[in-house]
Amino acid sequence: MHFFQELKEGLAISFRALRSNVMRSILTMLGIVIGILSVTLMAMAIEGINRAFDKSAAAFGTEVMYIQKFPWVSNDDWATIRNRRNLEVHYAARIERQATFVDAVAPAVSTVRRLTYGDNSVESAFITGTTHQYIMASGGTLADGRFLSAEESAGGRAVCAIGASVVENLFTHDDPIGKSIRVAGYPYTVIGVFDKQGGLFGQFTTDNRVFIPLESFQTHFGGRRDVTIQVHVTNKNQMEDAKLELEGIMRQIRNLAPGKANDFNVNQQEILTETFGPISATIAVIGLFITGLSLFVGGIGIMNIMFVSVSERTKEIGIRKAIGAKRRTIMMQFLSEASALCLIGGLVGLILAIPLSMIINQFLPTAIPISVVIISIVISLVVGVVSGFLPAYRAAKMDPVEALRYE
Amino acid sequence: MQKKDYPMNVIELKNIVKTYDMGGVEEVHALRDVSVSIGKNEYVAIMGPSGSGKSTLMNVIGCLDTPTSGLYLFNGVNVSEMDDNELAKIRNKEIGFVFQTFNLLPRSDALHNVELPLIYAGVSASERKIRAQEVLNHVQLGDRIHHKPNELSGGQRQRVAVARALVTRPSIILADEPTGNLDSKTGEEIMILFEELHRQGNTIIVVTHEPDIAEHAIRVIRLRDGLVEQDELVSKRRTYTAALAS
Repeated sequence: MHFFQELKEGLAISFRALRSNVMRSILTMLGIVIGILSVTLMAMAIEGINRAFDKSAAAFGTEVMYIQKFPWVSNDDWATIRNRRNLEVHYAARIERQATFVDAVAPAVSTVRRLTYGDNSVESAFITGTTHQYIMASGGTLADGRFLSAEESAGGRAVCAIGASVVENLFTHDDPIGKSIRVAGYPYTVIGVFDKQGGLFGQFTTDNRVFIPLESFQTHFGGRRDVTIQVHVTNKNQMEDAKLELEGIMRQIRNLAPGKANDFNVNQQEILTETFGPISATIAVIGLFITGLSLFVGGIGIMNIMFVSVSERTKEIGIRKAIGAKRRTIMMQFLSEASALCLIGGLVGLILAIPLSMIINQFLPTAIPISVVIISIVISLVVGVVSGFLPAYRAAKMDPVEALRYE
Repeated sequence: MQKKDYPMNVIELKNIVKTYDMGGVEEVHALRDVSVSIGKNEYVAIMGPSGSGKSTLMNVIGCLDTPTSGLYLFNGVNVSEMDDNELAKIRNKEIGFVFQTFNLLPRSDALHNVELPLIYAGVSASERKIRAQEVLNHVQLGDRIHHKPNELSGGQRQRVAVARALVTRPSIILADEPTGNLDSKTGEEIMILFEELHRQGNTIIVVTHEPDIAEHAIRVIRLRDGLVEQDELVSKRRTYTAALAS
């Protein structure tokens, strides 16, 4: 018999055997169902977190650099860096003059204030004062309207661009463009609305922000604050060069002697992904290992039952051999039984994963990539073949004379 | 059920020895030196008390076991040194077993039991269903092909077993105490069937300890202590055609 014929006959015999003892088949399969279910959910959650992270990191813009007092991720002692001087607004002009790798420079200062519109209010929104170039040196995009113009920025006009969450909270029915909102009591006209950024770094996105001209900010909220200078790198292949140049210019501005460490940081999105990458990988390995253990236990259950099954059917194996079944035929019969158990269990586990992932989705972003589905099916088959191998081998090697004598 | 004609004997056993090693110390000499020839369309009974080696001889003839030494030519082919797969093939195509305890698959119906050897022979699904049906008709069970063994009487089960033995058109039918689990009336029915099969040209070998059953054969080989004690034609043969005729 050819391989496929053997497989077909083996499967036919398997299904007959599984059907004959439904309760036992179900209980055995349960181990695989739970194993595949947990591995699949874990893989989905990991994939979901990675995707959420990537989407969140995108909020920071791929070609944007943030020149700030502190680093986003620090391995150093907090004590060595907490005494750093603030950055100042006038750095921006110097950087704009001297930097060759950037095409937009915007200083930004922020505070937290209350917003109101009619009966609606937002208690703690971020108010950011900046210049017209900000829109080019940021990860945010406008959904409607426009950002501050050069004249509005220079003249400190009472106009603002607001984020998506601000719109959701203040404007239930109206179109925001053209309306006047109160920022800490001061009136500002809305000229632009940002797209929703969402993601895990909610605080740092445009969603809960209001952008006003820097001059206006300084008038109402004071000027002695820490400044972030955001720049846009013209060519994304020159990020490294841009960073070195900016550090050089900053060192000049801050009068740092050669050999002295930087007392500022040039932060970028890559820092986040670089930091997150290893963490994510570690979580993935540990998570999959642990859930993989449950699958391993399921496989052991299969092996155990297959040994019992082989032993129970000793006489039957003897009969089949007497009638002419070759060793590989017997082997195939029991291997396909183990594989069928695992495959069905795996499919049930996958099917159960779908509604369960929707529940998890309430807490963590989950995604159902096709690769996970395919891999789960392949793993089920592998578990079946591996678990079934030893029992099947034992069956195949049985001496027909002794097997026939078995009672 | 006819097969191709061979000029040689179907079975040639020359100086067959079979020894079992029981845990290293003891050795059991099941067959000491057995030489037997069985020709086509013979009807042979192999008799002997327990311990005589008749079961072992049956296993060697049926290619279920290989001799420790000696030569076994089956249809002229040396099978004494064949490997497991080759022996399986011979069992499948050339040997039809009939057991005392029927040995049918309990969860399968009669048709499936009978087509099993054809499945192992690689015959297509449609063809083997036809052949299985045919041979079940031949043993008068054509109307019960979908019955499972537990839905059949002892005699019917044995007839299914005989049908299974016949379905590959084997060179020999090898029966081990075929009536041992049947009452005398049903046992007779089976022996009538064997007589019929013999008349149709099959070679029949029956292993038994009951003289009544052995007397249906034409030739009797008696074993004792692993050796052939006697090998002669049956003097007063029991047949049913003769009984019917008289």
